[in-house]
Amino acid sequence: MKVSLFIPCLTDQFFPQVGINLYKVLKKAGAEVDYPAEQTCCGQPAFNSGYHAEAIELAQRFLKVFRNSQYIVAPSGSCTSMVKMFYPEILEDPGLHELLHDITTKTYEFSDFLVNVMGVKDLGVHFPHKVTYHDACHLLRELKVKEAPRDLMRHVRGLELIEMEQSESCCGFGGTFSVKYPEISTAMSEDKAATIAGTGAEYVVANDSSCLMQIGGYLSRKGFAAKPMHLADLLGENL
Amino acid sequence: MNLTPRLFKTYASRSINNPRLRKTYRFATHHALAKRLQVIQEVPEWEALRDRAHEIKEEVIDHLDVYLEKLETKVTANGGKVFWARDGKEASDYILEVARRIRARTVVKSKSMTTEEIGLAHTLEENQLEPVETDLGEYIIQLAHEWPSHLTAPALHKTRAEVGELFAEKLGIPYTDVPEELCEVARKLLRGKFLQAELGISGVNFALADTGTVVIVENEGNARLSTTMPRVHIAVMGLEKVIPAFADLSVFLRLLARSSTGQKQTSYVSLISSPRQPGELDGPEEFHLVILDNGRTEILKDPKMRESLFCIRCGACLNTCPVYQRVGGHAYGSVYPGPIGAVITPMFQGVEVAKDLPYASSLCGSCTAICPVKIDIHHMLLWLRKQVVESQGTPWQERLAMKLYLAGMSDSTLYRLGSRAVRWALKFSGRKSQPMKVPGWTETRDFPPLAEKSFKTLWKELEKDDQRLIHANGHK
Repeated sequence: MKVSLFIPCLTDQFFPQVGINLYKVLKKAGAEVDYPAEQTCCGQPAFNSGYHAEAIELAQRFLKVFRNSQYIVAPSGSCTSMVKMFYPEILEDPGLHELLHDITTKTYEFSDFLVNVMGVKDLGVHFPHKVTYHDACHLLRELKVKEAPRDLMRHVRGLELIEMEQSESCCGFGGTFSVKYPEISTAMSEDKAATIAGTGAEYVVANDSSCLMQIGGYLSRKGFAAKPMHLADLLGENL
Repeated sequence: MNLTPRLFKTYASRSINNPRLRKTYRFATHHALAKRLQVIQEVPEWEALRDRAHEIKEEVIDHLDVYLEKLETKVTANGGKVFWARDGKEASDYILEVARRIRARTVVKSKSMTTEEIGLAHTLEENQLEPVETDLGEYIIQLAHEWPSHLTAPALHKTRAEVGELFAEKLGIPYTDVPEELCEVARKLLRGKFLQAELGISGVNFALADTGTVVIVENEGNARLSTTMPRVHIAVMGLEKVIPAFADLSVFLRLLARSSTGQKQTSYVSLISSPRQPGELDGPEEFHLVILDNGRTEILKDPKMRESLFCIRCGACLNTCPVYQRVGGHAYGSVYPGPIGAVITPMFQGVEVAKDLPYASSLCGSCTAICPVKIDIHHMLLWLRKQVVESQGTPWQERLAMKLYLAGMSDSTLYRLGSRAVRWALKFSGRKSQPMKVPGWTETRDFPPLAEKSFKTLWKELEKDDQRLIHANGHK
């Protein structure tokens, strides 16, 4: 099974270890992994802000970069849903239709890919800690992935998963929303932090670096004990 | 406060910094959601009902002309009178004309978002009529000179203590914050108005095209009194409220009450098909149905937005919205707040006026997930953002940033050079080790440092020496 890594720009610049860990996890699961070096950004920041012309250009570029991949796997529900759910909405060029369909069907968020495509749940990971899991909005509501990350965590030795209340409530990130409306965004994090703290977990795990940046930024500013952790890091660092 | 979406940012900031208001909204929305969850669990076919409702609405909105004409024919045949109003003014003028003809003085109104939309009560007042809101929540906000903060619970923002103070001040009664006592006061007062009123005005939840029936759901009995006691009844509906047939009604009734108030059924469901018929003992002598456009046919023209006309005004998307929960209904500066308000307000008033509303969402999608008629609300916000950009509604700095972003992302060499240049600049300015300041972010949250090496750089190293890199850089 050949997998191309799709490493979103935020991960590339701020959390590159997530990409490295994803690579390790996929290798361990038995995939052959490559990284199309021409890739940059999927266009989501432009699309979400209303700049469709810019987003369309980057979407077309993405299709070209990944056209030869067998599978495309990303450590982000948000960027995956940009490709799978929103590319078809903005790319109206009939000439691209076939390629578009091909790309959207072979692009996966990594936990979904591991569990539902590769059929791998147990990676032999050991992590003797209490964790709680935040359902990232796009992963949950655009891609309908709720169980796969939990399945993977249930197979981690020593890991105790404590569900937080309202794990499905938004953390407040929302892309440019977080800086356009910092007060609302922070008020959302405030409640998220309280539900995280309520579990007594040492780590809050999510599958999107963007949510973790928001949650982690609030937790550390307010001196909460819980640490943010990407699921790919949890798995990859403890193989 | 002024009823304008231009001030969203100011209003939102004000309410988010009001702990009392935050608490009120939090309690009310969470309470409504919990009740809803409980009653929908009793309906195993809930998802199928939502799909069916969506299909019915799709059929109606795609053939709106056919169903509306059918409705008109039926209502007229039943002895009612239909008036087509292009906008709020035409609707209000018609209602005033009827009021003058029958020499009305007191007008009882039951809860209606459509009449809020056209500011009808205000117009009636300006024309020396006495409009009385008879829904308790509406009555409260009428006394307070405010507008509704929620589609189904107009006075949701008020605590009972505030209502007590308001009643004491405006009605001259001794202060009490006991809900039953306050209700009793309003009840007595409103009974008198029902007896006195010559004209009753109601909204419409559903209009059945095959029978010419208007359906009104409510919990207080005030809508039934408003539509039966006065000599004349005028019902005002947005033209999207028509549904094909009586047989479709049960689908919507089951969805609406559960989604909005968490009830299996509202206390009252009134079906009104005609004025008083010969031999009948009660009911109004005249029945008028005002069918209002007010921008709806414009929405109809836009294939990306027309689904917003499916809305049955249940308010569930408000309750579940993390933004509405925190800023409340008044922040939107529109009688239609929350996610669906952020969609239809810019459609009604223009994206220039309401350009902040489509951005007032983290795009979490819980509105779409809860909507009983499956309106793709948060995706519509994305389409509206596109319209804002196309109308030059975003700041020039942002437009410039997008141009630079596109240039940087369109060329992987430029991207790599750029990412290296930033790191180089940070290193030589001595700011590498300092926490980054990001306006709009770091006032309340820490911002992560740029990684020493990007993934792209790490991958190059990894390609050279897979194992070494995994052990050296995999662990941070």
